[in-house]
Amino acid sequence: MKRQTRPLLLRGGRLVDPLSGVDRVADVLLDHGKIARIGESLAAPEQGDVYEAAGKVVAPGFIDLRARLREPGLEHAETIETGSRAAAAGGFTRVCCVPTTNPCNDSATVTSFIVERARRRSSVRVSPIGALTKGCQGEQLAEIASMRDAGAAAVGDGDNTVVDSALMRRALRYAGSFGLTVIVHCEDPNLAAGGDIHEGDRAVALGLNGIPVSAETTVLARDLILCRETQSRVHVAHVSSAAAVDLLRQAKWHGAPVTGEVAAHHLALSVDDMPAYDSNYKVRPPFRASSDREALLQGCVDGAIDAIVSDHAPHTGNVKMQEFDSCPFGVIAFETAVALALETLVHSGRTDIQRLISLFAAGPSRALGREPQRLAEGSVADLTLLDLERRWSFDAEASPSKSKNTPFHGREMHGGPAATIVGGRLVWDRDQGFSD
Amino acid sequence: MNPISLSPGPPPARLAERSLLGIEELSREQIQSLLDRSIYLKSRRAQQDPQLVSELAGKTIVNLFFEASTRTRTSFEIAAKRLGAHTVSIQEQGSSLSKGESLVDTLNTLAAMQPDAIVMRHAASGAPHFLSRFLARPIINAGDGRHEHPTQALLDAMTILERKKTLEGLKVAIIGDIAHSRVARSNIHLLTKFGSFVTLCGPATMVSGSLRSLGPNITLTYDMKEAVQDADVVMMLRVQLERQAKPIFPKNEYFQYYGLEIEHLQLAKPEALVMHPGPINRGRELSNEVADSKSSVILNQVENGLSVRMAVLERACVAEAAA
Repeated sequence: MKRQTRPLLLRGGRLVDPLSGVDRVADVLLDHGKIARIGESLAAPEQGDVYEAAGKVVAPGFIDLRARLREPGLEHAETIETGSRAAAAGGFTRVCCVPTTNPCNDSATVTSFIVERARRRSSVRVSPIGALTKGCQGEQLAEIASMRDAGAAAVGDGDNTVVDSALMRRALRYAGSFGLTVIVHCEDPNLAAGGDIHEGDRAVALGLNGIPVSAETTVLARDLILCRETQSRVHVAHVSSAAAVDLLRQAKWHGAPVTGEVAAHHLALSVDDMPAYDSNYKVRPPFRASSDREALLQGCVDGAIDAIVSDHAPHTGNVKMQEFDSCPFGVIAFETAVALALETLVHSGRTDIQRLISLFAAGPSRALGREPQRLAEGSVADLTLLDLERRWSFDAEASPSKSKNTPFHGREMHGGPAATIVGGRLVWDRDQGFSD
Repeated sequence: MNPISLSPGPPPARLAERSLLGIEELSREQIQSLLDRSIYLKSRRAQQDPQLVSELAGKTIVNLFFEASTRTRTSFEIAAKRLGAHTVSIQEQGSSLSKGESLVDTLNTLAAMQPDAIVMRHAASGAPHFLSRFLARPIINAGDGRHEHPTQALLDAMTILERKKTLEGLKVAIIGDIAHSRVARSNIHLLTKFGSFVTLCGPATMVSGSLRSLGPNITLTYDMKEAVQDADVVMMLRVQLERQAKPIFPKNEYFQYYGLEIEHLQLAKPEALVMHPGPINRGRELSNEVADSKSSVILNQVENGLSVRMAVLERACVAEAAA
């Protein structure tokens, strides 16, 4: 993002752009941050570089709608610089960061700080999400319009639910009138109070407090009703249960302007996969039953779900070094998201690579109310390259992230990101590492 | 030997055999051998065997109590002293915010003391399991949150077996706040492993359907009379008000529907036993008459607690010499 780029020729990659119906082997010339030419046997640029993309999939840049970069205020766990490097190594060209920083991103000042910081330090594009309410406290509206003008891509209260329904309705009207999507985290704080893991047999056996599915669905149902009533665009964050997928599907059928996402780790694990009291498996919303996981996968296939996110939530080692119920929720997830989605959706035979690319590119764009990027001459040269067959294992210790909290350390992966190109510049490559 | 390992992993096999984290992971044989040993130690104690006090001479046992406890802590201390071990008691009441830090700090303190065994009670489910991943010392769970309280289940089984030939086929009613009870979970695991039929009873907010998944032959009922009908053993639980962030039942009518009264005992088998892990709330869980009746074995439970804890401490400390 930082400096002038030389022309770059991607040679022999398999171009896959579900939106344009493109799936063919071709060369792509990138220049001045754009796709300059697409064609067969293009000549290498005189003042530029050549990247051998044979055997790799070239896709529109992947967008992560939900991640925590922890800056400002929580830099011990992550910074925009370290987080964005992990995002690049995960194949993401753009990251939307939640507002629950310290101070909270509830004003144009903080939004501008993040935008400016990202301009100088980030490996990928960063789109801040502004708070919907001041301090994400659910009491009064934040300065939504001025955050938009400072660069906020959407608004939402991070991992907080706006409990006051009248305020939520007002917030939807207001944000909608400025063209901003409202991202909702659906969790009734009373139903989820004190909860550690999915409510059910496992919680009872371990003596942990359960978080019932109704904590998610009661709030989701309300937000979908308000979405239909106000006709303001709503995006539902990290859906976790079969019942929530059903509600989402129904609302879409009724024509509500709603989109929904799932976190990649929820596609890969259910509550039964958790070793007893291993806090690396403590996520919010919790890993649910295997039937819920199956419904999330089905939702990705049939379109009830529009996007897959990382839900990256870095925590330093010592806060995960506690009793289970005191440990914070969340996992580091940039580098595992694409591989987990490939494994559970494509290699499992549930769907094809085109659908997977839509879930990481066009889906997230539409959720933000933006025109999705295409693989076409003149388009922005944000590209994600994938290696569908590579066998590798995830090493959290080698991650550029400052934190190591993940249940996937050492997991054998099948396929994953191969390279990340932002604004025509090769930012990261699986074999060569970072370009700076 | 450096007792602290900072990379978590499964404890070495021998250590796992000396620790007692819960009943769930024990085999029937392991439980039986602990019960046999408890009964044997009780008889030696009755005979005032002078050798008993040198059994664990020179051993140091740390009692680490992060949650208020008089009965269990005292029982473990006396059990250790009867076997000649030194005991160190640490009572930590740290605020919930600093708890995580204090647990890791305490870990370092303990490593320096090189104790032979650690007895631990904590308000968080899984806290001893967490500690066991980082500390290469035998750990005895004296109650973790609402998860398990293994020595209580062992002493309950011992008390039953002093009066009934076998646990197999017994109908055991467990009544009260099952949801918040570590005593119930440990007892359910133990009793169902030995073929008892367990009936769980309480208001629906205290008895969840998922409890059936803990073992075979478990039934649920919200009706006290149905629970007590033909029971061989009636275990009453304390209402865990301190574990309910917000009350999950209207407490003024609790005794009327889930308190044990003398009339209930007429529905049970003639020789039925009434048990309670203590401390009892007379008039909340059981009437005065029941508490003081012939059926009540509550004081025997307390007495057997000593023998069981002696057996558990011995297993934790002596196996090392044999290794």
